[in-house]
Amino acid sequence: MLELRLPKKTPPGAEQADPPGTAAELDPSLAAPAEDAPPAREVVRAHGINFFYGQHQVLFNVEVTAYEREILALIGPSGCGKSTFLRTLNRMNDTIPGARLEGEVLITGQNIYAPGTDVIGLRRRVGMIFQRSNPFPFSIAENVAYGLKVNGLAKKKGEQADVVERCLRATGLWDEVKDRLNKPALALSGGQQQRLCIARALAIEPEILLMDEPASALDPIATGRIEELALELKEKYTIVIVTHNLQQAARISDRTSFFLMGRLVESGRTQAMFTNPQRKETEDYITGRFG
Amino acid sequence: MTGDLNRKIRKLRNNVMLSLTGVATLLVLLPLALILFYVVKEGVSAISPGFFVHLPEPPDVPGGGMANAIVGTLELLLVAVIVGVPLGIAAGIYVAEHGAEFLTKLVRFSADVLNGTPTIVTGLFIYGLVVLPMRKFSTLAGGLALAIILLPVVLRTTDEVLQTIPRSYREAALALGATRFRVLWDVVLRAARAGIMGGVLLAISRVAGETAPLLFTSFNNSYWSMWLDRPVASLTVQIFNYAIAPYDRWHAQAWAGALTLITMIIVINLGARAWLRWRTGRLA
Ligand SMILES: Nc1ncnc2c1ncn2[C@@H]1O[C@H](COP(=O)(O)OP(=O)(O)OP(=O)(O)O)[C@@H](O)[C@H]1O
Ligand SMILES: [Mg+2]
Repeated sequence: MLELRLPKKTPPGAEQADPPGTAAELDPSLAAPAEDAPPAREVVRAHGINFFYGQHQVLFNVEVTAYEREILALIGPSGCGKSTFLRTLNRMNDTIPGARLEGEVLITGQNIYAPGTDVIGLRRRVGMIFQRSNPFPFSIAENVAYGLKVNGLAKKKGEQADVVERCLRATGLWDEVKDRLNKPALALSGGQQQRLCIARALAIEPEILLMDEPASALDPIATGRIEELALELKEKYTIVIVTHNLQQAARISDRTSFFLMGRLVESGRTQAMFTNPQRKETEDYITGRFG
Repeated sequence: MTGDLNRKIRKLRNNVMLSLTGVATLLVLLPLALILFYVVKEGVSAISPGFFVHLPEPPDVPGGGMANAIVGTLELLLVAVIVGVPLGIAAGIYVAEHGAEFLTKLVRFSADVLNGTPTIVTGLFIYGLVVLPMRKFSTLAGGLALAIILLPVVLRTTDEVLQTIPRSYREAALALGATRFRVLWDVVLRAARAGIMGGVLLAISRVAGETAPLLFTSFNNSYWSMWLDRPVASLTVQIFNYAIAPYDRWHAQAWAGALTLITMIIVINLGARAWLRWRTGRLA
């Protein structure tokens, strides 16, 4: 089984009380937590995010919070900035020339945009699954072990094999591929490839998993597998998932944030938001009136 | 009615176009087939085991060979590869991966111009740059001339192959905490190396047949030459010299040399393609 490697201490800046004008205001369910639910720890807190591709602003003052061991779904019409936002959480947008961000993103309390941040270390803690599965053109085993290799973890061959098996088991792929670990990963089916990518991300034991429409290129059965997997993984990880599929968001997410044209419109418990949206735009979107 | 007619016209036009492309294909293949036929016909009767082990003989002595020229061609190719391939690959990586925009454009443009430069000009350039200062023809000079011809081909192939490596591989590696260097080294280059190797082999098979740039750089030699600073025989120059000489025996030797050369080139070429297909097939 995968070991849990969440940081033990609560870092500074992660106090539980919401500062006025942020998450609590946007998310009424947080201001009045259910009696039986202990206050959850904030793992991701994006605060006042403005994002620009060159001159073109695509995110406007976005506030999003994700709590420990939950699935947060990001929904909204195409082009509203969901992927862009997700990629600010592991600084993948750094690789895009001319991209610029204002605001701060706290991961377990530390601002990852503070000068001197170790971006490599950050990406190790915040894993990412892409919309199109993107295994390397290497063998199945090498794919899973790649993160260990570049991070200098598990130097010994035996250790590596253990991690590979553990991660493939965690994604339910082990029985399907255990006889061909040294065969090319690209020979797997689309759904298997996507689960391989999840296994690859798990190998370096991240704390947070970002998933950008991980099932959008898959058939319903493979999609179901990915959803089950996400539900299992949330026992240990905090998951932020972008999805176009509202049923999917309803099925798997604990909370949902709705984006519209670069702005966060509404955040809240998925159940509450889908049955009783606070904002007209949200209602229009989830009832399929546009988007 | 008109629909029927239309369909007939479309079908006719389709057939005519297909036939035309078929004819064009034949016209393209014809010269190649004729060349091969001719070289094989003339070459086979002139070739003998001795041709591959003996040194050239004067026109009135029977039984000479081109052993030194075969080895000389390989020596020249070796120098060209050692100099041209690493440089071409390195520059190709720079251009494709993270070159400053201005420099990238300049390098690509220069490579294309260099690629279109008549090879005799390249030979002349090396003559001025290497042969004159050293005051002698040499393997080095010939190899450098071939390297300059090889360089832009390798550079552009590397560049193009790297462009085809999906961005998603890079993103996947970055998201796992790889540095840019690691991404390039163990993902991009690894995915690209089969393509780059194939391109290199094709480039080698191209320069193997060059004559003009060798005429006044490596010159020629009737004996073995294992030194970088001595003139060296090559198949192409030897064929050229024999072909323009007025002796039937040398003409026959020139055909034998041509058959040897063309076989070498075809083998490298087919080898490159087979290897590429095998590598990419294995990975896909
Ligand atoms: N690399 C880029 N350079 C410039 N503009 C970009 C870039 N990537 C995205 N954009 C623009 O930013 C806006 C938000 O794009 P983004 O991909 O974040 O949307 P999205 O909500 O993920 O959409 P989808 O649901 O279609 O994936 C769009 O207008 C898009 O055109
Ligand atoms: Mg997107």
